[in-house]
Order: sequence, then structure tokens, then C-alpha cells
Amino acid sequence: MWVVPAIPPALFLVLSGILFTIGVIGALTRRNAIVVFMCIELMLNSVNLSFITFSRFLRSMDGVLFAFFVIAVAAAEAAVGLAIFVMLYRSRETINVDEINLLKW
Amino acid sequence: MKLPEIDLCLIAPEIIVAAFGFFVLLVDVFFSKRENKAYLGWISLVGIFFAGALAVTQAGSVKSGFEGMFISDGYALFFRITFLIIAFLTVLISMGYTQREGIAFGEYYALILFATLGMMLMAAGTHLVIIFLGLETMSISIYILAGMMREDKRSVEAALKYFLLGAFATGFLLYGIALIYGATGSLYLKDVASYIASKNLLRNPMLLMSLVFLTIGFGFKIASVPFHMWTPDVYEGAPTSITAFMATGVKAAGFSALVRVFFSALPGFRPDWTSIMWLIAVATMTVGNIVAISQSNIKRMLAYSSIAHAGYILVAFVAGNDLGVSGILFYLMAYAFMNIGAFTCVILLGKKGEENTLIRDYAGIGFKYPLLSAAMTIFLLSMAGIPPLGGFMAKFYVFSAAVKEKFYWLAILGVLNSAVSVYYYLRVTVLMYFREPEREITGLQFSPAAVAALVLAVIGTLYMGIFPSNVLSFAQKSIAGLM
Amino acid sequence: MFEYVWLIPLFPAIGFVLNGFLGRRLGKGFVSWVGPSAIGLSFLTAIFIFFELIGRPPAERHFEKVIFDWVVSGNFRTVIGYQIDPLSILMALVVTGVSFFIHIYSVGYMHDDPGYPRYFTYLNLFVFMMLNLILANNFLLMFVGWEGVGLCSYLLIGFWFEKDSASNAGKKAFVVNRVGDFGFILGMFLLFTSLGKHGIWTLDFTEVFANANKLDPATVTTITILLFIGACGKSAQIPLYVWLPDAMEGPTPVSSLIHAATMVTAGVYMVARCNVLYSMAPVSMAIVAIVGVATAIYTASIGFCQTDIKKVLAYSTISQLGYMFLGVGVGAYSAGIFHLMTHAFFKGLLFLGAGSVMHALSGELDMRKMGALRKKIPITFWTFFIATLAIAGIPGLSGFFSKDEILWQAFSSSHGHFLLWLVAAVAAGMTAFYMFRALFMTFFGQSRVDPHVAHHIHESPKIMTVPLMILAFLSIVGGYVGVPHVLGGANHVHEFLAPVVGGGAELGKAHAGISLLSQAWASSGEAGGHSAALELLMMVISVVIALIGIGIAYLFYIKNPALPKLLAERWRGLYRLVYNKYYVDELYEILFINSLKSLGTGLWRGFDDFVIDGTVNGIAYLIGWLSGSIRRVQTGLVQNYAFAMILGGVIIAGYYLIRGIFY
Repeated sequence: MWVVPAIPPALFLVLSGILFTIGVIGALTRRNAIVVFMCIELMLNSVNLSFITFSRFLRSMDGVLFAFFVIAVAAAEAAVGLAIFVMLYRSRETINVDEINLLKW
Repeated sequence: MKLPEIDLCLIAPEIIVAAFGFFVLLVDVFFSKRENKAYLGWISLVGIFFAGALAVTQAGSVKSGFEGMFISDGYALFFRITFLIIAFLTVLISMGYTQREGIAFGEYYALILFATLGMMLMAAGTHLVIIFLGLETMSISIYILAGMMREDKRSVEAALKYFLLGAFATGFLLYGIALIYGATGSLYLKDVASYIASKNLLRNPMLLMSLVFLTIGFGFKIASVPFHMWTPDVYEGAPTSITAFMATGVKAAGFSALVRVFFSALPGFRPDWTSIMWLIAVATMTVGNIVAISQSNIKRMLAYSSIAHAGYILVAFVAGNDLGVSGILFYLMAYAFMNIGAFTCVILLGKKGEENTLIRDYAGIGFKYPLLSAAMTIFLLSMAGIPPLGGFMAKFYVFSAAVKEKFYWLAILGVLNSAVSVYYYLRVTVLMYFREPEREITGLQFSPAAVAALVLAVIGTLYMGIFPSNVLSFAQKSIAGLM
Repeated sequence: MFEYVWLIPLFPAIGFVLNGFLGRRLGKGFVSWVGPSAIGLSFLTAIFIFFELIGRPPAERHFEKVIFDWVVSGNFRTVIGYQIDPLSILMALVVTGVSFFIHIYSVGYMHDDPGYPRYFTYLNLFVFMMLNLILANNFLLMFVGWEGVGLCSYLLIGFWFEKDSASNAGKKAFVVNRVGDFGFILGMFLLFTSLGKHGIWTLDFTEVFANANKLDPATVTTITILLFIGACGKSAQIPLYVWLPDAMEGPTPVSSLIHAATMVTAGVYMVARCNVLYSMAPVSMAIVAIVGVATAIYTASIGFCQTDIKKVLAYSTISQLGYMFLGVGVGAYSAGIFHLMTHAFFKGLLFLGAGSVMHALSGELDMRKMGALRKKIPITFWTFFIATLAIAGIPGLSGFFSKDEILWQAFSSSHGHFLLWLVAAVAAGMTAFYMFRALFMTFFGQSRVDPHVAHHIHESPKIMTVPLMILAFLSIVGGYVGVPHVLGGANHVHEFLAPVVGGGAELGKAHAGISLLSQAWASSGEAGGHSAALELLMMVISVVIALIGIGIAYLFYIKNPALPKLLAERWRGLYRLVYNKYYVDELYEILFINSLKSLGTGLWRGFDDFVIDGTVNGIAYLIGWLSGSIRRVQTGLVQNYAFAMILGGVIIAGYYLIRGIFY
């Protein structure tokens, strides 16, 4: 029987780190607020990946549970965030974050 | 298999706050026709009062529950009371203000209650999941509250900025928690500490990295440099009552979690974070005070001043001795009174369609509105640290804690910063009393609830300045067992 | 009732708050009620407490009420606490009582002043601070009161701040007082640290005095001298007396209350309160006594030639304060406090009388433009007359008993000396002279009143004359609580104060061996060694001296009004010297003010312009510039903010990395 060779946990952690970094860079560089938010979601999900890896590696369920909570929180954040974007579009007709600087200095 | 024991009495204050939040939502649905929503505010006040009363009955006992994830100790009690006082005052000042600004939605009060619930969980959680959930409950509620004024471009912008940066900071906080979990295999603060001590993980790169991420995550909430940049924008744009709530409640909650996590879970890393926090404290005080000088909007000025205050509190955090940590508690309580008081004055000086939030609007109001100006003067002087007001004693304890731990330079820089801050606080006072008004401000309507909040804030500020030892001994008792 | 001691200072505080915040809004009627009744209530409380106190046996007449912990830091703890003992309650009675009458008087006197609410606000604040000074159970709270009354004094001297002279006088008082306060603070710190060396970190009176024997004599001497410098400032003794005459720029009731009856006596109170320390330091006591008696005679001589009625009273106040210091300086603490009390009555009355005269004469102060007012303002005259008799030391009035007690102690106490008695007795005669001079010039002889003013001279309203009469009554009977044994009295004051101030002289004896000087000083031998006959003889002599003074005054200003002028011509140099107050103000001007000024100018030119100004302006400019430029970092763009956060994180991570590599 063909067995999938076990992937070392370190690789998952590296992937998680890469995803997190991509998220951070995206959040810093993208113009559209929704894309920025998606990048932030990517950061959260990369953390989830870490949690699940650790959970499996440590043989404890805490990490998995934490990941579920993060997913729930991220969903709530998404709901609020999208509402804010809609509101923003109504008042400004744009959701490009580099055009939103009424409040400064 | 043993069922986990559930001691609901332990979280009774939290339950009350949550229940009243839902109750307010429900009542609002049934009476949605009513224009005046102040009655929802009164319901919230009742809930906050009950929760406070219940919290006080738990005083003196230390009980842990929910598999050790939640603790009701003196520390939690002190912060519960602080948060409930903050919520109480915020609701009081909101009733007239929301009506005036057209944001009198039932959800407003419910969200304040939910945010308070989140803060209380943050202070009482001994497990990182609880702290994280508390933080998010608070943050999400406040994202919404900050954007409550849907028609106002600035309010919307504030909500956007706070939301994006808040979520961004959450990402870091989470990563920090994940790394702690990975390195120690536990999310319980005590277990983390004991595991680190037993395995001698003080050079563990994962834990050091998590320290960085936690600093970012909490540093954002308490508005410390360089994670502070959202503060002025959001404080300026958000509805003033919410600004007051954020400046006091969110900051206090951030500190409550920061102190709990760093002192109970990561005490071994104290030499590491002390020097970083030293730098952050100095930068925070200095940037806050210096930039506050050139502000022309009073809300923005108070925002920078709140950054500076976070810096003073960090001084005590760096000192990290008993006096320092109880000084943090004392400071947050005193700051709650004086800052909410100051924002109440800002609210009362505005009217519909005319916010009057420029500093020059304060010219000459000293004799026109003597009581309002006197109260504002008290709050500003207290923030500047002039005796015999609460702010002075708070600074006194904070700086003495630093001196006691031989952080002389930190204390000196703190005192110098305080001296700089006197300039911009006194400028407002001088404007109020010694300048002719540029234009007449007339037709102000003082909502009785807000005036009540103002009186309470004055009493609180004076009480903590003149009778500081009562609150300080309470704070000192509260931190027993924390470290 | 003791538990409620905090009510005594609380009422004036309430009055202060109400008048300060609502006075302007609610108008004069409100202020007129709140101001005096606040003091009245605390007077009543003081009376109740007083009666409860004398109901107790003397050894138990001490009570401390801690209101709350004030500053707690490490092993040092200071409370806000009040103490009741015979000394403090006696002072509280005098202060609240006299204040009460003067508040009532002020309602009439200040009636047409636009600053009416402000006036009562300050006055109530003053009483509050004064009561803190008196009732405090520790040095720190006493110091708060000490500074507080100084502040109120400054505010009230400069009450009519539109007048340059008034605001200058206020400034002068403030600056001179600062010099004294500097001494007080140093004394307090020295006391604190030197007790701390023995492990006793406290500023509590009871604890300090209980542990005072742990201190070595030199330290105690230094401490007491420093404290006495503070007392010199507050109580206007040589060389810091110069502010008090100028302080007469304030409203007359203020002069009466603050600059005669209460605040200026704070120094005497402080020395009496610290009697344990002073009794341990004979050198300090000698200094106190000598400064006191020198001030007494010196300022009495200045009183000879003053023509401004309030200035005469001001110099007389300084002179009488000198007597009090003489009293406490020879260890007769109770005599000093006794004189403080009677002086509060008659000097308060004299000032109020002067105010009433001013009221009648539309604000005239110059005695050369008065005269023959006896018939026109009879109540003022009679009360003024009684007070003058009292201050001159005519037997039967309060001043006689208290002054005589001091004179006798100056002679007989183990710290006393014949010379002290002689100078003080001569000064008493001089006092009688210049006070009667003032009385004669004001109320007798020919009217020299300006004709414009003359036709509407009128007696003051009841609200002013009633306090005058009450104080006159007190000036007569106030002395009977302290009739000396030799006259068949019981000297209640002495016995009442004994638990606090001890036997005074006896305490001093216990430490007499400490210093050689004290042995040389204790010339007149044992206090008890003198016979009653000697005491009576001394009394008669002092009365005779007083009568001589009065006689000369009569001769000069009634019998032969040309005589003073003749004398002044004859000894023109001397006259001018005295008339110009020995040119002390000018001397100070040259010595301190001008030299400091030129030093200041030099520094300003050379140093200040370049270095300090450069630095200060530079710092201000730098901060302004920084403020402006750091502000620009705040671009308003979310992503810049996020970038700053990342940058912060990278810096922290970098720090840990470097730390990890190098450690």
C-alpha cells in the first residue's frame, strides 16, 4: 500500500510564516480596502495553520479549539468590516485606502 | 469522564452585563417607534449598577473557575469596578449626546455593554483564549461604535482606520499567542510561566518572537508609540462619548491584559521586555506631549495627551514593583475620571450642527459658563499633574515606583514630560479665562445626565487627589497574588 | 464631640466653595449670609469642643483625629489629621471667634465694593487655612496651612490690585515671607532627616516630641533656629518685618484679622507648639527672646512718628508680636499665648476702630487730618479708647495681665534676664505713648478734618459697631482668665496650657546643663526664688512707666500741641531717621534688591541673553519645531500607520536578536 510520507511539522510552520508575511505585505501595499482586509484575513488564517500544526504536534486540542474561535471572530470582523466599507463607499464613493485621509496631523 | 464544573456565580457580573445588553436590544425592537432612546440608557445604567454591586460582593475572595480559565481575584475586581465606572459615566454622557447627534440607536447602549463585557473578560481571563475573546468582543463593538455617525465622513473614516489597524494588530497578537502555545504547549498563563521556568526557555527564539508580537498587539490597544498612530485620527473622528470610552476603557483593558499576561505568564522575560518597554515608555510620553502642543482641535489634543498618559503608565510598568503595578491600577482609575470628565466638557460645549471642538472655541467661556469651565480646569490640571488632584497622585506613585527601582532617568524624563504637558493643558485654561471670545457660543443645552456625569467625575478626581490612600490601598490589595 | 473636630475647618471650606463658585451668581445677600455663618458655625463647634475638653482631667486633654492617610510612601506616612489639646483649641477659639466678628464687620465695611464675593471667598479660605495650621497634628499639614495663609494674605493685601501700591505690597509680603518659609522648610527637613537617622520617619507632632530627646543639642539648635526664621517671616520680626506695614494696603478688616489678630501670630504659635524642641535649645531660646524684645522696642520707636493711623497700628502689632516672642523665648509659653489671645482682641478692635474712622472720614488715613472725632463717632471712640487702655497696660484690662505676665517672666524665668525686662518695660512705656498719641490725634483736640469731608462724618452702621462693642468687652474681660497668683487670681490660662507647654521654665532647667551659655544666661536665679513682693513691685513699676508714657502723650498732643513740632525741629536728624523708619526699606533696597538687581542685570546681559535665553527659547523653538514635524508623520493614511507598527516590531525584534547574539 502506498503511504503518504509524513510531512515534517516544521514545513507547516514555515508555510504559516510565509502566508503571514504575504498577508502583512499585502495589507501594507494594496489600495483597495477590501483587498487589504483580505490580506489581514490571510494573516489570521496563517495563524490558524500554526495553531493546528502545534495542536497536532503537541497532541492537545487547545490549538484546534483556538483556531475555531479565531474563525468565528474573523467572521464577525468580516461582517463589521464589510458594513464599514459599504458605509464608506456611500459617503466617499471610494474605498481606496490611500484616498482616505480626511483626519490627519 | 468528569463534566467540567461550571460556577456561574463566578461570572455573575459578566452575565448581568451581557444579559442587559441583550435586554436593551430586545426592548429596542419592541419600542422601535420611540424617538427618544434615553430610557435604554437608564436600563443600561441599572445593569451596570447591578453588575458592580455583584462584583463588590465577590470582594476579598479569590476563586478560579471554568477549568482555571477564569479567575475572580482582587485584580479582576479592581478592573471590573474601573470598567463599570467607565461604562456608567459613558452611558450618562451619551444620553443627551446621542439624541443631539442623531445616533440614538438602541444598539448603541447594547454595544457599550458588550464592549464592557469584553473588557471584564480581559481582566479576569487566565487563559489566552479568554483574553483573546474578551479583546475581540470589546474591539468589534467599538469598531461599530466609532462609526456610529453614518452621515459624518470623519466618523466613518475613524471606524475604517480603527477597524483595519485593529484587525491588523489582532493578527500579530494571535501569532504571538500561537508561538507561546507552540513553545510551551499550554495556553494557561500560570502553566506557561512554570513551563518556561522548568525547561529554562529564556533563550527560546519562538518565545522571544512571541514577545515582540504581543508587544505589538497590546501596544496597539494601549496606544503606545509606535503603535499609536491610529489614536488621534480615531479619537477625533469618533463620536465624542465613544472617544471618552475608548480613551479610558480600551486603554485600561489593554493594560489589564498586558500586565496580567506579562507578569503572570512571562515573568522570566522581564529583563528582556524591561528595556524595550523603557524605550517605548519614553517615546510614548515624548511623542504624545510634543505633538499635543501643536494641535488645534481639542479632541485631537486630548488624544495625544492620552498617548502621553499611556507613556506615564508604562513607566510604572517598567518599574514593575508592587508600587508600580498598584500605581498602574490607581492611574487608570484616576485617568478614567479626569479624562471622561474632560470629554464631557467637550460634549457639553457643543450643540447640534456645531461641535465647537476647536481649542480657540474655548476662548472666553470661563465667565460665561463658570461651572463648566471650572470643571474643565480641574480635569486639565489633574491631567497636567497639579496637586491636590487625582492626576498628581497618580503620577506621584508612578514616578516614585520608578525611582524605587532605580530607573532615575525614566523618572526624570517622565517629570520633564509632565512639565511640557502643563503648557498645552494650561493653554486651554488661559484661553477660557483670560481671552475674549472670538465668537459667541450660545444656546447650549446641558443634558442633566451629562451634568451628573460631570459632577461624578469632579468628585472622583478630587477624591483620588485628596484621599488617595483609600484607592491605593485597594489597588495594593488587588495585586496580591498577581506576581 | 471630639470626633467632629474636622467640622471646624470644614465650615470655612464650604463657605469658600460656595462663595467662590456661586457668590457672583447669587449676589451679595447670599455671600453676606454664607461668609460669616460658615465661621460662626465653626466657632460654635470650637466652643463645644472646648467645653468638652475642660470637662476632662488635665492629663487626658489630648485627642487626635486622623481624617485619612495623605501621603504613604514606603515607611513614611503622613496623615491629614487634627489634634485637640489646650493649645490648639485655645487658638481655634481665638481665630474663629475674632474671625467671626470681623466677618460680620466686613459685611458692613465692604458693602459697596464690587469685589464683595471675591473678598469673602478669600477670607473664608484664609480661615480654613489658618485652622489647618492650628489644628494640624503634623508638621506637613501645618506647613500647608502656613503656606495657605501666606497665599490668602497675598491675595487680600493685593485685593485692590488696580492700585499699584497694593499689588506691590502684596508682592513684597509674598517675597519676604518666602525667605522665612525657606527657613521653615529647611528646619522641617532637617528635623525629618535627623530623626530618620534614628529610624523614626515621622513628622507627627506627638511622635516627634516624644523622640526629641534622641537628637543631639547642636541639631536641635539648628532646627529651632531655622524654624524661627520661618516664624520671623510670618510674624514680622527683625529683620523680616518690613512687609507688614506695607500690608496695610489691604482692606482694613483684613489688616485686623490677618495682619493683627491671627496670621501674624502663627509664628508664636509654632514656637509654642515646638516648645519641647526649643526648651532643649537654650541658645535658640535666647535668640528668640532677644529678637523679640529688640523688635518690640525698635518698632515701638518707629510708631512715634507715623502719621498714618494704620501704619501706627501696624508697627504696634510688630512690637506686640515682639513681646510674644519675648514671652516664648524666656520659656513662658503660656504667657506668650495668653498675650497672643488678648492682643487678638484689642488689636483686632483697634484696626476695626481705625476702619470705622476711615469709614466716617471717607477713607482718610492721615491722623493730621483728623481730630475731635470723639463726639461725632462716640461708639468708635469709646471702643478705641478701651483698646488703647488695654494695649497700654492699664490695670484691670486684658492687656495689663498678659503683658505683665511676660514682663515678670522675662525678669524671673531661668531663661530671663534683667536687661530683657528693662528693655521690654521701656518699650511698654513707648507703646503707651504712641497709642495715646494716636488716640489724642484722632479723637481729641481741634478738628483738622478736610471741610469737604467734615459735613458728612457719621457713625458706622450697627453691623460694624456691634462687633466693635463685643471686642471691646472681650478686651476688658479677656484678661481675667489669666490673673496672676500674686494678685489673688488663679491664672487659669497657665494651668490650662500646662499639659502642652509644660512648666516652661522647669523644662528648660532640666536641659540647663546642655550649654554653657544657658548657665551664663540664667542670671536671675531660680524662678521660684523671687518673692511675691518683688513681683508686685515690678508690676507697679511697669504701670508707672505706662502712665508716664500716657502723660507725655497728653502733654504733647492735648496740653501743648506745639511741643512735638518743636522737638522735631530741635532733633531734626533723629526725627527724620525715625520718621523714615530708620531707612531700613532703603537699606534693604540697596543691600538686597539693588545688588540682586545689578547682579541680575549682569547675569541677564552676560549669561541670560546668550545661554539661558538661548537655551529656553531654543528649547521652546525646538519643541515647537519637533511638534510641527512629528505631526507631519501622521499622514492620515492607514497603511503608513500599519507600516509604523511593523517598523516598531522590527526594531524590537532586532533588539532581541542583537541582545541574543551578544549575551
